[in-house]
Amino acid sequence: MTTTPATPPPAGIAGISAVHRLTSAYLIVALLALLGANVPGLLQALDHAGLDLYPAAQPVLRSYYQGLTVHGVLNVLVWTTFFICGFLTFVTVYALRTPLASLRLAWATFWLMVVGLVLAAWPILTNEASVLFTFYPPLKAHPAFYLGLTLVVVGTWFVTANLALTYRRWRRSHPTERTPIAAFGSLVTFAMWTLASVGVAVEMLALLIPWSLGLVAEIDPLLARTLFWLTGHPIVYFWLLPAYVSWYAMVPRLAGGQLFSAPMARAAFILFLLLSTPLGLHHQFTDPGIWEQWKLLHAFLTFVVFFPSLLTFFNVVASLESGARARGGTGWVAWTRRLPWGDPALTAQVLAMILFAFGGIGGLVNASYNVNLIVHNTAWIVGHFHLTVGTAVTLSFMGITYWLVPLLSGRQLFSRRLALAQAWTWFVGMAVFSETLHRLGLLGMPRRTAMSLAPYVLPEWRGPLLLVGIGGVVLFVSGVLYFLNLGLTLVASRQPAAVEVPLAEYGDAEDHSPAFLDRFRPWLVAAVALVLVAYGPTLIHLLGTLSPVVGRRVW
Amino acid sequence: MNRTLLYELAWILPSIAIPIGMLVAIVVTTFGMQIHVPTYAGVVRAQTVGETPPFDQPGVAQLGPGRYQVTLLAHTWAFQPNEIRVPAGSEVEFVATSRDVIHGLLIEGTNVNVMLVPGRITRMKARFPRPGEYLFICHEYCGIGHHVMFGKVLVEAAP
Repeated sequence: MTTTPATPPPAGIAGISAVHRLTSAYLIVALLALLGANVPGLLQALDHAGLDLYPAAQPVLRSYYQGLTVHGVLNVLVWTTFFICGFLTFVTVYALRTPLASLRLAWATFWLMVVGLVLAAWPILTNEASVLFTFYPPLKAHPAFYLGLTLVVVGTWFVTANLALTYRRWRRSHPTERTPIAAFGSLVTFAMWTLASVGVAVEMLALLIPWSLGLVAEIDPLLARTLFWLTGHPIVYFWLLPAYVSWYAMVPRLAGGQLFSAPMARAAFILFLLLSTPLGLHHQFTDPGIWEQWKLLHAFLTFVVFFPSLLTFFNVVASLESGARARGGTGWVAWTRRLPWGDPALTAQVLAMILFAFGGIGGLVNASYNVNLIVHNTAWIVGHFHLTVGTAVTLSFMGITYWLVPLLSGRQLFSRRLALAQAWTWFVGMAVFSETLHRLGLLGMPRRTAMSLAPYVLPEWRGPLLLVGIGGVVLFVSGVLYFLNLGLTLVASRQPAAVEVPLAEYGDAEDHSPAFLDRFRPWLVAAVALVLVAYGPTLIHLLGTLSPVVGRRVW
Repeated sequence: MNRTLLYELAWILPSIAIPIGMLVAIVVTTFGMQIHVPTYAGVVRAQTVGETPPFDQPGVAQLGPGRYQVTLLAHTWAFQPNEIRVPAGSEVEFVATSRDVIHGLLIEGTNVNVMLVPGRITRMKARFPRPGEYLFICHEYCGIGHHVMFGKVLVEAAP
């Protein structure tokens, strides 16, 4: 095994300091969103434990459901999207060692997204859009909510364009080389997302915005819901694939090893490009109005998309093992002790992977068509996505910031020990929180419900509900430790940062992937075709059976 | 064949076999054991659903020996009816919809876990083999009173 040299200092790429500033800007918005989501998260956990603190939260949060909207929108729409736009732009530029195609477009995109965020945030904070992050009509929010979110989505398309142009520039001067894995994964992420986001864009532009503005009186809730989930499932891969980029391209280096198999990594990304979108009906197994056989097809396709995650699991664990063995690790399992557990950037991401394994297994249950009847819309689902987006994604992103924030700010992380404590408390808190929610789901407890106010709580839910509260408090504390550490890094750290971008030098001689695993266009064409096949008949059927209703403001 | 390829195959082959096994299980339980998810069951105008049969008379109707139909209408924030009485051992078909926003219906201890979308009819069958009290709840956010939306199926010992 050859070791690749460290990435040279940023001076090697034209305009890299501007990219650093851009990434910092995205990161600031993302982190503020995560911080803002933490407080309602705590209130929800305490609500489950029987403590209704919303009377004390007046007039900032008027209800559990306004808080839940804030928690959901800030976490899964703002924290993820802004982090991803900043991080993958940074990664693409570093991996290709090519200047960003247009800094002007990049900044215009950032501000467009900020304007969108402010537009959407205003009605949420004034209780004019307490419709949760799924905004199912006929719940009718203020038009600014829909307009703002649409601008954020449009912004992500400009990020795609900028990265694609950057890639094209690189490709012209490197016609025969394999795209570095980190850049390949980043480009696949945005290509997949841009295709997938067409669903929600159509929902917004054709249905929700005209209706919320009063231009049309009625809306078909099921058509809107179907368009929402056309985007709503692949969006989870939009969150997850950047973590995979880090797991494939950076974690091996943090562990002192190498990516086990580059072709396998490429194959996984291509499978996500192909299969992330034509399976959103698995969120609608229990919906009326959609023919059963198309739901079954989406169940099949969901099983297929599980395959690239299994590939990822194998590949990343093998890469970690190569690092641990290079550090003297031996045995079948004992090598894990030789991983650099003192490095919070690595520890956070390895812990994220461990919980993600359970998230994946739970996801298979959700995808299992009629088995989904047991878990749909119960607390099980909340347990599931706190393992996936709440840990695999969020804890990985936190791990990334443990090297990225020092690198961008030029200041050493304030406390390595505090960061380790944060990662472990998230792991333990989430394990308790999520396992308990899974169990409550099997006992029939609903999701999205203010349990402290519900008159029907069954006796067997009470013990577990208390554990949900305890797990939630541990997670809140972990969040506080995280922001404390980052804040102190920015204001109190006097040490200059001694970090590098943990990327292998591009043009890794080890990568002998075949050329078809380094193409975009044929796979994109196939992905579009699959979406048309999987969704076409259902959408045509829905358009033929429209049953529109008027909007309601019921909060 | 080098060792790396061998390891890769040792992982890939089971990774393909496991989902295939699960697919087979789904097909068998769906078509062999008839555990279905809701399918298309018609539309109804939400604004006038209260005057449209069968939703103008929500409640329990006996279709035959041990067979019942429950017409269920959901609205903010209650079910009509919110108390359903059937004898143990009955097969009950729920015909349900919503009058206003999207609601959910989950009946404790059964496979009934469906969405009630205004304008659309949801049909779902359940069996109640054992006597007892079974909670049913709305499990989709439907506004500020969502958490008070529930009812009970009272399964009475068969005469």
